[in-house]
This record gives sequence, C-alpha cells and structure tokens, in this order.
Amino acid sequence: MANFYTDNSDLKHHLNHPLMQKIVELKERNYTDAEKFDYAPADFADAMDNYDKVLEIVGEICGNTIANNAEAVDHQGASCSNGRAHYADATVENLDVCRKAGLMGMAMPRRFGGLNFPITPYIMAAEIVSRADTGFENLWGLQDCAETLYEFGNEEQRAKYIPRVCEGETMSMDLTEPDAGSDLQSVMLKASQREDGTWVLNGVKRFITNGDSDIHLVLARSEEGTKDGRGLSMFIYDKRNGGVTVRRIENKMGIKGSPTCELVYKNAPAELCGSRRMGLIKYVMALMNGARLGIAAQSVGVSELAYREAYQYALERRQFGKAIIEFPAVAEMLAIMKAKLDASRALLYETSRFVDMYKAYDDIARERKLNDEERAENKKYSRLADALTPLAKGLGSEYCNQNAYDCIQVHGGSGFMKDYACERLYRDARITSIYEGTTQLQVVAAIRYVTTGAYLDLIKGYAAEGFDGKLAPIAENLSKLTEKYAAAVAKVLEANDQAYLDFMARRLVEMAGDLIMAYLLLKMSKTSESFYNSTLVYANFIAAEVTRHSEFIENFEIAQLEAYGVKA
Amino acid sequence: MSLNIIVLAKQVPDTRNVGKDAMKEDGTINRAALPAIFNPEDLNALEQALRLKEKHPGSTVTLLTMGLPRAAEIVREAIFRGADGGIVLTDRALGGADTLATSYSLAQAVRKFGNYDIILGGRQAIDGDTAQVGPQIAEKLGLPQVTYAEEILSIADGKVTVKRRLEHGVETVEAPLPCVVTVNGSAAECRPRNAKRVMKYKYAASTSEAPKLSEALQAKIAANPELQIAEWGAAFVEADPEQIGLAGSPTKVKAIENVVFTAKESRRLENNDQQIEELVKELIANHTIG
Repeated sequence: MANFYTDNSDLKHHLNHPLMQKIVELKERNYTDAEKFDYAPADFADAMDNYDKVLEIVGEICGNTIANNAEAVDHQGASCSNGRAHYADATVENLDVCRKAGLMGMAMPRRFGGLNFPITPYIMAAEIVSRADTGFENLWGLQDCAETLYEFGNEEQRAKYIPRVCEGETMSMDLTEPDAGSDLQSVMLKASQREDGTWVLNGVKRFITNGDSDIHLVLARSEEGTKDGRGLSMFIYDKRNGGVTVRRIENKMGIKGSPTCELVYKNAPAELCGSRRMGLIKYVMALMNGARLGIAAQSVGVSELAYREAYQYALERRQFGKAIIEFPAVAEMLAIMKAKLDASRALLYETSRFVDMYKAYDDIARERKLNDEERAENKKYSRLADALTPLAKGLGSEYCNQNAYDCIQVHGGSGFMKDYACERLYRDARITSIYEGTTQLQVVAAIRYVTTGAYLDLIKGYAAEGFDGKLAPIAENLSKLTEKYAAAVAKVLEANDQAYLDFMARRLVEMAGDLIMAYLLLKMSKTSESFYNSTLVYANFIAAEVTRHSEFIENFEIAQLEAYGVKA
Repeated sequence: MSLNIIVLAKQVPDTRNVGKDAMKEDGTINRAALPAIFNPEDLNALEQALRLKEKHPGSTVTLLTMGLPRAAEIVREAIFRGADGGIVLTDRALGGADTLATSYSLAQAVRKFGNYDIILGGRQAIDGDTAQVGPQIAEKLGLPQVTYAEEILSIADGKVTVKRRLEHGVETVEAPLPCVVTVNGSAAECRPRNAKRVMKYKYAASTSEAPKLSEALQAKIAANPELQIAEWGAAFVEADPEQIGLAGSPTKVKAIENVVFTAKESRRLENNDQQIEELVKELIANHTIG
C-alpha cells in the first residue's frame, strides 16, 4: 500500500509553514462556514487536519492506482475518432477514482460543492499526482480553470458550471492557434454576437490539452477588425451544446495520456465570461499564472520521482563488487538531484503561499471593502506571487528536466531501455519547460523583478533573518554571491540597452532564482536538520552557477552581441 | 425499492506485508507486529453494497464487525467510503472464537439488527482463510447463500441476481431475499475514501472511544447520531454464553508443523533468522508472495 503523501515527510514540512495560519484564517473567514457545511473546519487545527487527511487520500490513490496505471496509459495513449478524443482505458479509471474520492474542485468554495482548500494543499496534491503520472496531472489539474471562471464569471455562470467541475467534469483552456502560440495577441478564432445578444464561435484551435473537455474557456476575437490583444474576450463553451469537434490529436513525445487536440468550432454557442476586450490582458494572464504554478508543481512531482528512481537503482545496482551509489561520481549526481528537488519544492510552496495570501484577500474584497492594512497586504503578496511564479515554473521545469536526464544517467544502459520508468519520465519531463510559456518566456516575465530590484529586496529580506552555527558560513557565502548578482544587474542596467538586457536576462533571472532557492533552503535548515545536506550541496552548486554568470557578464562587451546574431 | 444492507467485515493483520516478526514462537500470528487493515475481500463486498445503494435510493449500508474495540477503525473507514454507519460487536466473552462461535455471535447480532434485506461479506479473511463464517451465518439464520460472488447484477421482485466466479468460468444465479452473499476478490475494487466524507465523519467514535476525546468533541458526537458508532456486547445480542468465545469453539489447534517441500525446485536453508529473512525478501522481490 504505497502512499505518495505519507512517504514524503518534506511535504508535511511545507504544509505546516507558519504562514498557513494566516492563510487558513483568511480563506475560512474565521471558520464561519462550519455553521453551514458539515465538512467545514471549526478551527485552524481542524482545517490542517482536513488537508492532511485529504492529502493522505491523494497519496493513496496515486501510490496504488494512478502510478500503477502510468505505464499502460503511456503505451495505449489517447486516441481520436469521429470527431471526439478518447482517453486510454486506465486514464478513465484514474479519473473515476479521483471523482469518487471527491478530489475535483478542491479549491472551489463550498457553496459550489468544492472543498474550499487553499492553493497550497491543492498544489501539493498536484505535485503528488504528477509523481504518479505526469500526463494525468494535466487532466486532473485543469480544474484550475474553475478558479478563473470563479474569479471572472458572473454568479449565474459560477452556479451553473463550478458544481459540475466539483462533480468531476473536466475543463480545458482553448488559447493556442496555428498562428498564435507564444504570441496570443494573434488569436483569430472569431466570436460573433447574434441579434439576440448570444455569441457563437468559429475557427480553429490547436495544441489544446484535454481539448475534448466538458467545459472550455476560450480566447476569441470578439472585436471585428482588431489585430491585437485588446480585441480578445474570454468565452465559456459547454460541450453539451455541441459545435466543436476534434479534428485530430497530436502524436507526442511524452504525456501521452493527455490528449492534445486540434479543435474546429462551427457556430459553437458560447457565453461571454467577464467583460469584452479583457480576455487576454486580464483573464488569460490570471489563468496562465495559475497554470504556471500548476506546471511548477508538475515539475517538482517529476523531479521527486526521478530522484527516487535513481536513488533506488543506485542502491541496488552493483558493479565492481559494490553498489554504484558508493562511487563518488554517482553519489554526487544523486546529491545534486536531491538539492535541486528540494530547492524547487521550496520555491514552489513559497510561491503558492504568496498566491494564497493575495487570492484570499481578493476573494474577501468580493464580499466587502478591504481596510488599508489588508489592501497593503493584498498588494504586497500579489506582487510577490507575480515575481515568484515565473521563477518557480521556469527554473523548476529546467531542474525537472535535468533530474530526468540524470535519472537515466544513473541507470546507465538500462535507463535507455523501455524497461524502467525513467525513460517515460524523461519524455514526460520535456514538455514542462515548454508549455504555459517556455523558459525563455518565463524569463521575459521575470526580468522586470530583476530590474526593479524586487528579487534583491526579497533576497535581502531572507538574509536579514540571520543564521548561526553551521549555517553561518553558508549564509556568508550566499551574501557574497548576492553582491555578485547585484553588481551584474548594475552593470547590465548601466548600459541602458534593451537588446543587451534581453541577452543577459536569463543569466540574471537564474542568478536571482538560485539565490532565492538557496535562502529558502537555508531557512528550512533552521527548523529541520534534515534539509542541511541539501542546503549545503545547493549552496555549493549555485556558487559555481552564480559565479559563472557573473564572470560572463563581467567579461562581456556589448559589441560582442553581433557575434551571437543579436542586433544591438 | 430501498434496501437495508448489512456488510460483514473483519479487521485483520496485514499478512501481505510480512516481516520476520510476523509469527510467534508457537506458530500463531503476532498481531502486534502487523498493521491492522480492512480485510481486502470485505472491501469488495462493501463496494457491491455501495453500488446497490446507488441503484436503490434510500438504501442504507451498515457495517457489522466483531473484534477488539479498535475495530471501530474499519467502521470509520467504511463510512469514509460511503457506508451509513456501523456496529462493533465487542466483548471479552467473545474472544478466542473459532468460526463456529464467530458465526453464531454475528448471527445473533444480525438478529438483533432485525430488518435487513441482504447480508454481504468477503469470501474469506486473509488471517484465517477459512471462508466459513459467511456460509455459517446463512445456515444459522436459515437464509440462502451465494458464494464466490463477483457482481450483484440486480435486485428486483424480492430476488437477487448474482454473477459467481468459479474455477472454470462464471455462473449467474438467482436467490430470494433476504440472503447472504460472499464476495470474491475478483469483484470490483472498493471505491476510495471520499474527501468530504472524511472531513464530515472523521470524529465518528464508538461508545468506548468517545469518552477519551476532548469535551468539545464529545458534545459534537453526542449531538450528532451520525458520528456515533454502536458497540454491542454478548448480552446485548442475547448470545448463549456456551456458544461464544473459547467455550463455544470446538476447534483447537493441536499442532503446527513446518511444511517441507520435497519437489526438485526446493532449496535447503539453515534454520536461522538470517537465511529465512533473505528468502522472504527474495520471494517478495519476485512476487511469489506479497
């Protein structure tokens, strides 16, 4: 009886973070729901116990059903016929068990049938699901879309759709088109308003994850003649109404259980969600931020499995008369995998807590006016969440790929064969640094927090907490690295050249992210000795990384841009 | 039509995860060293019961278990998965029962329960592996019995239609209600615990557990009958003291022998812990056991 929650004590460490007290208080409005709903918590301890118990269900389902199905799902994959997408048999079973366990609509309010969980335990569930089957996490995790529907839909739309999601209907976000991938401003799918005021959609969407879902959020051009993002609105398409068919599904490298669809809209009736013209600039941005956090969780789940598979194999595989884990080259690989795993998880939950804080205030603001103090907190955490989300997604997905790579390396020739899970993992991992915005686009989102100094302030805030004993020398090193980062930022900004900044952006963002993650690990080591090794290994690892970037920037002259094909 | 469904279940040591402490010197199971779990085939039976409840709105599913007071754990587990409530039949006088005394005691509890339409249970428990208790209860209550059930196909006109899984195929049979159906491990797996039900019923406690909880929780339980797990004793179910517990159990363990295989594939181990433990690990690794 495997349980992917209880077998990983690090998860509980993150769940029990001190900020949770405040998050839960806000989310539960001082526990007033307990009078109306028999499954609502009466106090903080009761709420935390609920999260723990529900995550235990998630861990059990993942350990016993979803993980066991992962190979069959990968082999059978999703299919397409008669204009519909079909899941692999084991995927159907996975969805069924999640529905019966009541794990859909976890973060939705109770009045719509949800569990009213904060984002943090929900994201933890996403991480656990991803460890069991990365592709299935997509299908399950698209319940995220309900969050956007809740935030921007009207009360009638909420009451109509969210209970269906909580009952287990699936969702999709129909954004990408053949000519609008990273550049969503170019979306062409046409929304036309009929005389009676209702809308119909016509056109084609491509690369839509779970595109044959029950309830779609669709980005479409509602303003005829416009060409940019301001002519786009968001719509809800209900599969029950018909009008959308699946033309084909993609044959992918990984996450084969998750059907990636090409959709054809023919006079498909749809409802406008929120205000016209706000589709891309407001709603899809919110939707993407949520989805990015989801991919960050998915990445950590993959990293976790990669580390476990590699560690187990290194213990069991014997060469030259001993287990290969006893060779320093293998041991170091594993130590670095673990450090990257712990670092990306620390960043994931730091981000999720910030998201929880501002979303809880946002939601309270739907009921009443926030006071000055609350408004300030809301703003502060909203900024922090915006700053950390692209780092968690961008760097977390890169680490997940690196860990999947090293997992195969530890397996040697066996890892190249289809016999071990690491081969599937390697293929599944690859998409995490691509969809919901490539790493390069995460850098574009993150660079403004380099230039405004937001990351540096955050880093200094962490450093100011003070670290003694054996943590002191690590903190000392991080402080020197912070100076290198600050100097590199200063040098790049001084040139006041956009192409040069764009060229250096990834280096600068990585330096900031590395330092943030290192400090988060250091903070965790203060309360739990079990993170010390990872903290030390990670600090050493990023010392080399930060220094490498720092020297590159130090030695670089703008005139060299030309050699890289960059026009200054 | 709505149904009153009783599911018989047992809390058993998890014999699928055996370590070296699994057996005592005298050859009996060391229950303290093994985690206590919901007997797997009883979970299959619970699933059939919950499916009946879905098909027949208004039905109730009640778990009945005999054992130590801590067997309330499997009643909660059943409630988390969809059962309406449960009864723990527990009494020192019931201890040491063989299948005859067990089935008598449970049959008395069923009589006490009264109004029931169908009794479901697992084929057998993984600790004793006798498969006798279900059929014996049917005999004692004078009810028809269907064993090796894989799926309850329907209940209509006072009859139940059951698909049985036999060695060389399947057989579909009909039986008049009320009756006893014992369910095979090949039947549908039990649904998982449900998140909302766990949050709603996590404080459910038996008569002996409740006083150990905080006052606030005791008040909460007292105010909500859904959170109360009944505990019944031998006297309450009007059991004849001569027919229960050790006194009512003619089965005695005469001797326990180690089985020595004589087939060619056999392997000789020295009689020491290390070699035995290595073999157990090997058998688990190659999935011979576990």
